[in-house]
Amino acid sequence: MRRFNIAVCFASAIFFGANGGSVSAEDNIRVVGSSTVFPFATAAAEEFGNTSVFRTPIVEATGTGGGLKLFCAGIGKNFPDVVNASRRIKKVEMDACQNNGVTEVVEVKIGFDGIVLASAKGAPAMQLSLRNLYLALAARVPAPSTEGGVGNLIDNPYRRWNEIDPTLPDLEISVLGPPPTSGTRDAFNQIVIEGGCRSFAGMQALETADLYRFIALCRAVREDGVYVEAGENDNLIVQKLVGNDRALGIFGYSFLSQNADILQAYPISADGNLFLEPTFDAIADGSYPISRSLFLYAKKAHVGVVPGIQEYIREFISERAAGEFGYLLDRGLIPLSDRERTRSLYSVNSLEHLELN
Amino acid sequence: MTDYQPFEHEQDDTGVDWNSPEMQARLHRRNIGDRFFRFVGFFAVTASAFFLVFLLGNIAQKGASGFLQTSIEIDVAFDADILPDPTNLEKDAFAAAVAQVNMQYLIRQALTNRFPEVTGRRDTTRLTRLLSSGARAQLRDIVIKNPELIGTTHRVSLLASDEIDQVVKGNTDVSVDEANRKLTDMELGWLQSLESEGRVTKDLHTRFLTSGDSREPELVGVWGAVAGSGLTLLVTLLTAFPIGVFAAIYLEEFAPKNRFTDIVEININNLAAVPSIVFGLLGLAVFLGLMGMARSAPLVGGLTLALLTLPTIIISARSAIAAVPPSIRDAARGLGASPMQVAFHHVVPLAMPGIMTGTIIGMARALGESAPLLMIGMVAFIVDVPASINDPATVLPVQIFIWADSPERAFIEKTSAAIMVLLFFLITMNGLAIWLRQKFERNW
Repeated sequence: MRRFNIAVCFASAIFFGANGGSVSAEDNIRVVGSSTVFPFATAAAEEFGNTSVFRTPIVEATGTGGGLKLFCAGIGKNFPDVVNASRRIKKVEMDACQNNGVTEVVEVKIGFDGIVLASAKGAPAMQLSLRNLYLALAARVPAPSTEGGVGNLIDNPYRRWNEIDPTLPDLEISVLGPPPTSGTRDAFNQIVIEGGCRSFAGMQALETADLYRFIALCRAVREDGVYVEAGENDNLIVQKLVGNDRALGIFGYSFLSQNADILQAYPISADGNLFLEPTFDAIADGSYPISRSLFLYAKKAHVGVVPGIQEYIREFISERAAGEFGYLLDRGLIPLSDRERTRSLYSVNSLEHLELN
Repeated sequence: MTDYQPFEHEQDDTGVDWNSPEMQARLHRRNIGDRFFRFVGFFAVTASAFFLVFLLGNIAQKGASGFLQTSIEIDVAFDADILPDPTNLEKDAFAAAVAQVNMQYLIRQALTNRFPEVTGRRDTTRLTRLLSSGARAQLRDIVIKNPELIGTTHRVSLLASDEIDQVVKGNTDVSVDEANRKLTDMELGWLQSLESEGRVTKDLHTRFLTSGDSREPELVGVWGAVAGSGLTLLVTLLTAFPIGVFAAIYLEEFAPKNRFTDIVEININNLAAVPSIVFGLLGLAVFLGLMGMARSAPLVGGLTLALLTLPTIIISARSAIAAVPPSIRDAARGLGASPMQVAFHHVVPLAMPGIMTGTIIGMARALGESAPLLMIGMVAFIVDVPASINDPATVLPVQIFIWADSPERAFIEKTSAAIMVLLFFLITMNGLAIWLRQKFERNW
């Protein structure tokens, strides 16, 4: 039995020895944030690790909100150096940063992302305006032949696309999309549901009268089974679509570009006249209605302490990464215009810090 | 397994005629009930076996090709004007000089020599994308290893890009319209031309088992995750096993039976049923927040998983200790052993097989966990293979989760292949538990 005791002592010694030792030199850059930006951030990180003298950055997909929370928690080696965001940082988040001593934050715009509505090949073709999408997916919609307004709202009665608009096919409305925790869903609600909502005069009047009421009414998605929350994993939505040729899916453009052989995307229109397919060019020039900007934020206080932060961001927005033939474009990133890229490069080089008003 | 049949003309002293029609009918009903139960049981086993075979078959069918990788052989001219001269350089200096060379240029030259008709920047870029972006590093390693190649033209086998690989494996449908697929007809033409020369090979992909994560499906490996899992489980084992076993010994052999130990016992049983994400939050608050340990490190992951496995180990160790017959203890005490000697000389060695089995099963559960690690930053893209418990690391289930979430088609087979690796370790651990039980278990 002595052997057993020795073994236990030995084991504890190893464990507590390791625990007592100082935390090893932390020289990896730490990146957190949006899962939309994750494929690009990791590709840039890997290339950066392979071609520079610095270690490969560690990238975590925490979601934009979660990432900003971690990022703003403080200065020091236990807090991330860079955060990716699929939307701009909010004033409250910036305030949280300031309160925790993260006073200087550098904002770098890295590109665009399009949100697409697509279905398996072979599903009936249709063209969708934001107004029709709003009518199909909002929790409460203006009663037929009214222009909305608080008094005219009814629970969404539509079950088939042709009930909304007779030119649409006679097909059950069934949409698979991300849950509310996702940045994609945030953007979808904000651009599509709210955008469609605004096309009704009554709702527009409400926006000027009572903005909070407007947002509450115009961003709520129906919860009666028509909109199915299919999880954060866009791949899962793609696979579910292939098994179901009557459903639409909502996901990022990169998943469409990777699966162009099995998916067809629906042309979308903001005003109901000009319908645009989600193509690379249409998203890049901003004419495709459902697109958003992607950002990253860096802590100025960490630059020079953690080696390679500026170099990593420069790699991210470099010509060979995000330029015309860049490797990030293969992964579905929609690049900045040359002018905007120059602007982003300037932000990185000058470490100009962000002031939100 | 046959129905119960009474003996002919059976008669017992109760005076009941077991062969009367009434009794026969009763017997018949009983036999029907019996057969129905057997059928339901058999059906349950068959159904679960079917599900298991279907699941494993599906994973194996998808994942098997993940262990193979397509390579393309090209004739690279190792240009002496571009590459450094090995004769007057030290080994390290030579390697450093080679690392500076733009290998992409050599690859492009080799490919445009093979396809001289390709001109223009866009098409040349397409042509170089037949090969993986890891081909540059491959070529660099070849030159460093074989400096004698410099100045010659040599046929080398380099990894193909994931899209080419998927076409060769038949996972991408190339019969659809050109506009709807990633590879153009031109690229497929190049591939066909190379295939007709026998330059496209599909080999066992050892890199998959030896390297860390990557964003390129053809460059990924599970070794980073396996090492991370190993280090994490080591910390878990070294923490949870001694604490769990000593807690069990104390509670079972020494603790007085009072309200306090009752409460402890109830709480241990409750802890075993707490969802694992809760342990993750606890780990975040205590190990990262309070104690300021490094994020993403196996040390923190292992400690968090130790909290998770402790109840399992304590409960199984207690039942193993309780199963040791009291006569052993009585005999030891009768010979004058102190309570500690009774416990450590007699009870614990006899209970060890049961304790080990419980521990291994707890470890197997810890191996499959990903939720608690989400909170402490182990769900991350980490390329470097961890070497110590303080290096950033990820674990196998997390690696599977990250790959399953990646848009590239080629990650589907890599995900399934990684699941196969995880299942291999789980089956090995459970097999070890069964073997230990069979070998050392004693019956009284």
